[in-house]
Amino acid sequence: MDEANVARRGLSPRLWLAGGWLLLALLAAIFAPLIAPQDPLAQDLMLERLPPFWLDGAEPGYWLGTDSLGRDLLSRLIFGGRIAFIVAFAAATSACLLGSALGLIAGYFGGWPDRIISRIVDVWMAFPPVLFAILLVAVLGTGLSSVILAIAIIDWTRFCRVIRAEAMSQARMDYVESARIAGYGRVGIMLREVLPNVLPSVVALLSLEMGIAVIVEAILSFVNLSISTDDPTWGSIIAEGRLSIHQAWWVLVFPLITLILTVLSFTQFGEALKARFDPVLR
Amino acid sequence: MLLQRFLVRLLTMLVTLFGVAVVVFVVIRVAPGDPIAMMLPPGASDDDIARLRALYGLDKSIVQQFFIWLGGVLHGNFGTSISLRQDVLGLVFNRLPATLELATVALLMATAIGTTAAILGARSRGTAIEAGIDVASGATLSIPDFLWGLVLILLFGVLVPVFDISGRVSPQLDLPFATQFYLAESILRLRFDLTWDLLKHMLMPAVALALPLAAIIAQLLKQSLKEVLDLDYVVLARVKGFSETQVILREALKNAALPTLTLVGVQFTFLIGGTVIVERLFSYEGLGNMAIDAVINRDLPLIQGIVLVFALLFVLINLAVDMMYALLNPRLRHG
Repeated sequence: MDEANVARRGLSPRLWLAGGWLLLALLAAIFAPLIAPQDPLAQDLMLERLPPFWLDGAEPGYWLGTDSLGRDLLSRLIFGGRIAFIVAFAAATSACLLGSALGLIAGYFGGWPDRIISRIVDVWMAFPPVLFAILLVAVLGTGLSSVILAIAIIDWTRFCRVIRAEAMSQARMDYVESARIAGYGRVGIMLREVLPNVLPSVVALLSLEMGIAVIVEAILSFVNLSISTDDPTWGSIIAEGRLSIHQAWWVLVFPLITLILTVLSFTQFGEALKARFDPVLR
Repeated sequence: MLLQRFLVRLLTMLVTLFGVAVVVFVVIRVAPGDPIAMMLPPGASDDDIARLRALYGLDKSIVQQFFIWLGGVLHGNFGTSISLRQDVLGLVFNRLPATLELATVALLMATAIGTTAAILGARSRGTAIEAGIDVASGATLSIPDFLWGLVLILLFGVLVPVFDISGRVSPQLDLPFATQFYLAESILRLRFDLTWDLLKHMLMPAVALALPLAAIIAQLLKQSLKEVLDLDYVVLARVKGFSETQVILREALKNAALPTLTLVGVQFTFLIGGTVIVERLFSYEGLGNMAIDAVINRDLPLIQGIVLVFALLFVLINLAVDMMYALLNPRLRHG
């Protein structure tokens, strides 16, 4: 009872703040060409390392300052959001579909499908995820689709483990037995009865996974292994900022804040969804 | 009972490691680019290529190739690094101690911070202090080590430059060490000036790795402590006149620690996985940093060796945690 109240009270502002930031960042990314004050790729050595607007020496129109090549930081962050959100949605959805399907099969059917899938999950868990991601991108070649594929290949186990456990406990419940007596087939019961009941967990995990995908993409572009073009990404801006940290701290600070807010929002959003759907907490 | 459990675990571990070997082999072999072409200078004759191909067994079927490769790996033959032109196993063992020391220091920090926060939270349960610990651990947990590393670089490398944010040890120092376990050796040799220098370099990456784990320990241990604190024997200790902190330290902690221990084991492997990017961030000369260089140089033998060593480490840690849990859990010990 106590926890339910806490969950309900904590729900609204958290959900609003997190959702608000994500919506803002997403809209900025979608309408980047309209919103960005400058061309994110335009270099101007006359304008290199301009500080943000409240400091001496700032130039109007370059709100968050410029990097060591004179490129506008705010515009680069806005355009970088495009890659971040594409990766977040595409990679998380792919990992979710693959992992949930396998988890549902393993948990609901049990037996040898479960043994095989669980063994594969064990093998996957023996790889350090970041190293695995870097290795896969190195093998697949850099590029947006490689990054998405690598994240999906690595992170499906997160969904598989949780959904397997949930499907397992659902499969033991009375309603599954009733459906069987009513004459439904095993696959039919899995899709029509068990799946809707594990869906809340899937949705909550999906939101968490989007945050993870954003980080992994940032890490990959930080080590220069993400997309190969000149398009700005949050990770490549951070890499740039790490190099010029003593001359232009803002090149590191602003993408870092953007990344932290985005990850926190995805996590909070996921937690809030979980609390909302969880029958025990509700 | 215990032995049987151990043997079953050992067998599962071998199956997992075999799976790891298959995955690594497949991933490396689908890599575009002929591995032979990478070893030879441009302009090598077709004869040379064919001879080298036969030498490495690349003219055999893919399954035969796998077992030739696996046989080599089992004999410690991980091949030669393409970019560094040295034996892969030697390179890996040269760098592994740096990573192990970093991960161990981070684990100790996480345990210390997490346990302190948990005891503080359990002692002042229901107050603003507990709520504060909850909020802080929740936020700490949500931010991954990569971002913590960057935050620490900004705070203690730029804003208040008190710690070193690059490297493992100051380059001008003369190191008298016989092994690569610098930190352990500096303590054993009583060279505390070097210990201090090493710790100054290690502190920031270790904290970045420790913070998420500390938050998990704080949350879970506090929860178990609160459950234990309502049990009869703890109430009895309280009646005997022990203070709340004494009750927690002398009575509750021992019994509340078991679930946390299992989790810490699993999380320790995540922490070790995190060293890859955190070492990069702080230019710390460990295995992870070398792995990224290897990937950038497309040095497949070296990557393969590093991935296999990491996987072996992960599986061994999980086995150790499982055994420790079985030894400490009375239900499994006597069951």
